[in-house]
Amino acid sequence: MNVDDKLIDRLSNLSKLEFGTEEKERIKSDLVKMLDFVAALQEVDTDGVEPLIYVNPEVNVYRADEVTESLDQKEALKNAPDHDSFYFKVPKVVSGGE
Amino acid sequence: MIEERKEILDKYQLVVGLEVHAQQLTKSKAYAGDKNEYGSLPNSNTSPLTLGHPGTLPRFNRKVVDYAIRIGLATGCELTREMNFARKNYFYADLPKGYQITQDTTPICTGGEVYVKDENGQDKRIGITRIHIEEDAGKSIHDQDPYNTLVDLNRAGVPLLEIVSEPDIRSLEEAYNYLAEIRRLVRYLDICDGNMEEGSLRCDANVSVMLKGATEFGNRCEVKNMNSLRNVQRAIEHEMKRQIHILENGGKIDQETRSFDAITGTTFTLRSKEDAHDYRYFPEPDLQPLVLHDQDIETVKKAMPPLPRELYNKYTEKLGLSEYDANVLIDSKPIALYFEELTAHTKNYKAAANWVMGEIKSYLNQTATSIEKFPIKPTEMAGLIAIIDEDLISNSIATQQVFPKMLENPGRSAKEIAESENLLQQSDDTWLKGIAEEALAAFPDKVQAYKNGNKGLLGLFMGEIMKKSDRKANPKMASEILRKLLEE
Repeated sequence: MNVDDKLIDRLSNLSKLEFGTEEKERIKSDLVKMLDFVAALQEVDTDGVEPLIYVNPEVNVYRADEVTESLDQKEALKNAPDHDSFYFKVPKVVSGGE
Repeated sequence: MIEERKEILDKYQLVVGLEVHAQQLTKSKAYAGDKNEYGSLPNSNTSPLTLGHPGTLPRFNRKVVDYAIRIGLATGCELTREMNFARKNYFYADLPKGYQITQDTTPICTGGEVYVKDENGQDKRIGITRIHIEEDAGKSIHDQDPYNTLVDLNRAGVPLLEIVSEPDIRSLEEAYNYLAEIRRLVRYLDICDGNMEEGSLRCDANVSVMLKGATEFGNRCEVKNMNSLRNVQRAIEHEMKRQIHILENGGKIDQETRSFDAITGTTFTLRSKEDAHDYRYFPEPDLQPLVLHDQDIETVKKAMPPLPRELYNKYTEKLGLSEYDANVLIDSKPIALYFEELTAHTKNYKAAANWVMGEIKSYLNQTATSIEKFPIKPTEMAGLIAIIDEDLISNSIATQQVFPKMLENPGRSAKEIAESENLLQQSDDTWLKGIAEEALAAFPDKVQAYKNGNKGLLGLFMGEIMKKSDRKANPKMASEILRKLLEE
């Protein structure tokens, strides 16, 4: 993978973060190190090996459909940087999102 | 926008696939035990997991799988036996965790079908690509505060079923009917209340056009934010015309996500292909995989309610009702279930259908009552139909006198009421003959006129008999006796 400004811009856009020129350079060299590390792992021949997604072999860990917890409004809102009595407040988003 | 002429619109073929999101009628959320309820005070149904606090772990709601199996069975889907969940990553205020837990490579249902009527009233098969389980996001409110977006996370984590159709839909009518059928289906299955205005059933449309006879689909646009069946149809119609207009003017369609504006009836760009999300799906490590056994599926199968299409076929083929009647009866499940019980107690299906669609429905409408609270039980309605069929009361006495009294006296049978109110029709030959003779004696000149060929006067004599008998004469017998007397 080519670690260039374009890639850093895309990643910062996805994570909604902004970086200065100097920071970008540091991130670039860190990222190259990380990719090298993973590249070393990729040398192992994994053909025909099923990916291991779960370390724990358990399946069907269910919960019954019951209301077991609910935070009240005050409790829910108290750690937010900005809120009123009812809502979380976030910077205005004009469009996008789901 | 300039309206294209019909012959230009006619050159193109519309191609639509619909994605429906149905909120499940569970008590609690998909991955945590906070309440799933519409209309609560903002941010009063949350939990640390829903709020995305660190150190929380999801736990999966059993009911959500059972509901998904229900719709899978109802649409003839293949059920996936081994599944895992995936994280769909995106950064937005209504999704505090920063990812949605969904199913990516192993949707619970694949390859099903739904039959709907096309614009010519013919059955049309619409393929279901997949149905998967996921969670809803919170709600953002953009227009209440001039400087901030307000966020309500009550909806975050509510279990959803996403139902994705094949691009098999070829007309506005099919799109409307498909969505109506899906809504009816989830209501019959009791897995979603299907309320589009409240957003518990939502629909996105993938719309493209191509020249008729072409084999390759055109570029498609995804249209969002339609909150009623009618608006889905309007949005698709507008989007189709917009695309045709561009193509007719030598342009090309850019693949993008658009939003429908119900006030203007138009669509506008939400995001272009370049801005499309990069969701970076990967397996959700915090939820263990699911394995479906035959027994899980059997248990759900045994508890399945009758399905609207099964009832429709039964009513048109076995009960001999018209397609129109069958459609009206199956439209709402509680009405259909009432009719089902009624037809278990009477063989006069047409009369049963007429009562349900006529007097019963108008009573429910006038009093804003649901059929579950309708005071007359199906067995008692069957009793009313029976005494009409036995000629003990006439249809008009039944609707005008007995039926209203049954409404006032739940539990009393039609026959008891007719007897105690002295409404039973008189079918006694001698008695009827006496009254008929009296009636004729009152109009000697009219009798002569009848005998001279004015057969229309029979109605006059019948009216007289009804008056003299306090409307209790059996009309069928009375008219026979009249005819006989007049032929003499």
